[in-house]
Amino acid sequence: MSPRHIVVVGASLAGTGTARALREQGFDGRLTLVGDEPHPPYDRPPLSKQLLAGEREIGDIALPPTDGLGIELRTGAAATALRLADRTLALADGSRLDWDALVVATGAAARPWPAPVPGGVHTLRTLDDARALRRELAAEGARLLVVGAGFLGSEAAATAAELGVPVTLVEAEELPMARGIGTVAGGFVARLHREAGVELRTGTTLRSFTGAGRVTGAVLEDGTHVPATAVLLALGAVPGTAWLRGSGLLLDGAVVCDEHGRALAEDGTVVPDVLAVGDASRRPHPLTDGTLHLGHWSAAVEHAAVAARVLLHPAGAGELPEPPVAVPSFWSDQYGVRFRSLGLPHLADEARTVEYDVPGRRLEVTYHRDGELVGVLTANRTRRLAAYRPRLADAFRHRRAAAAAL
Amino acid sequence: MRIHVDMNRCESHGQCVFAAPEHFSFDEDDNLLVVEDVPADEAVRAAVREAAAACPVRAVTLHTDGTAA
Repeated sequence: MSPRHIVVVGASLAGTGTARALREQGFDGRLTLVGDEPHPPYDRPPLSKQLLAGEREIGDIALPPTDGLGIELRTGAAATALRLADRTLALADGSRLDWDALVVATGAAARPWPAPVPGGVHTLRTLDDARALRRELAAEGARLLVVGAGFLGSEAAATAAELGVPVTLVEAEELPMARGIGTVAGGFVARLHREAGVELRTGTTLRSFTGAGRVTGAVLEDGTHVPATAVLLALGAVPGTAWLRGSGLLLDGAVVCDEHGRALAEDGTVVPDVLAVGDASRRPHPLTDGTLHLGHWSAAVEHAAVAARVLLHPAGAGELPEPPVAVPSFWSDQYGVRFRSLGLPHLADEARTVEYDVPGRRLEVTYHRDGELVGVLTANRTRRLAAYRPRLADAFRHRRAAAAAL
Repeated sequence: MRIHVDMNRCESHGQCVFAAPEHFSFDEDDNLLVVEDVPADEAVRAAVREAAAACPVRAVTLHTDGTAA
């Protein structure tokens, strides 16, 4: 029997996707979608690109509407506490929801600076964040300092540079995006930044901000001062799971799940009727011993489809079918260069360069661990990715079968 | 069933090519090539639906008799 009332907490990609998938798969019970932001559900990848550039607004990045699907959408409603014992969810407005099944889809938030910051220091995770930073970039004499050259920081620096704003990009590692895609591709990205006039400062970090009340720049660990009218902190993301502390769910940053996305309790057993999806979850993958956290757009979509199947799996129908082996994918657009990736490059111990052509804006790198293919990244060469996909799926399937046979 | 791709939205993510290579492919410069007419074969249609659903920029829409499917 499927649950009578399913509550999905989090109304971004993974949450709305789960709610839609439940209806598409035939769930006809009560369905509530709770989101903490005031806006109707929207897609986040454009925030650091077209939204920041002013090319798109909320209407252009809306997620497919949930209207007409019999979904009770509650925006501006942050979840504050989950009680497993009596199956309730507390919201910030003091109200309480009873549930028969619950899906945690509260995503992630920008990692904050560990001390109070002056005005003009931003993070970028929400539509309101993107609008606020856009206003800064449009101001006369704007100068942007971006702290952290991961995907988000690198994209935002590229967007600002293309708007004609002077940009300094500070990164603790020796190359941008190196933790995610390695030093070869990181070197490629570094050259794109420098060609565009971005002052890239690597191997150093930010020591402190300057300016009283309103930021005027920052002092780096090497003692130099970088002037700026605005600062973007792009220090990574933290799963939005603080509201689950003390709930009894096993947390390792994100909610620790089994391969179906079912939440685990602190004793490692499956919690009945509670799932987690997207950035708020971590789950096993054949290439890791424990669980893996991927902040990928594609993972959120896949998790949503699996979650709906699990929730609607009839009791008495036997074991849940094994979920398909996912081939993760992610992308990044900078300076008109389309980086596209499959697999798990960040787990590799070796990168092999197939093509490296900065003037031609083309790149193809494969990633290996113990000699085995685990990922691939291309720039403006998506055509070449397709051939790698079945190879990666096979490799991951073999790994899973081998692990199961142990 | 007919496929429509909004080329102003397409960013060459390739998810449609992975899902339904019979209907989606790239030329040498990553421009998407589409075989728009989908035969009445349920396996092919399922693959095309998956392709539309996987598009990160929702550039792929499906139409039956002139209406969105």
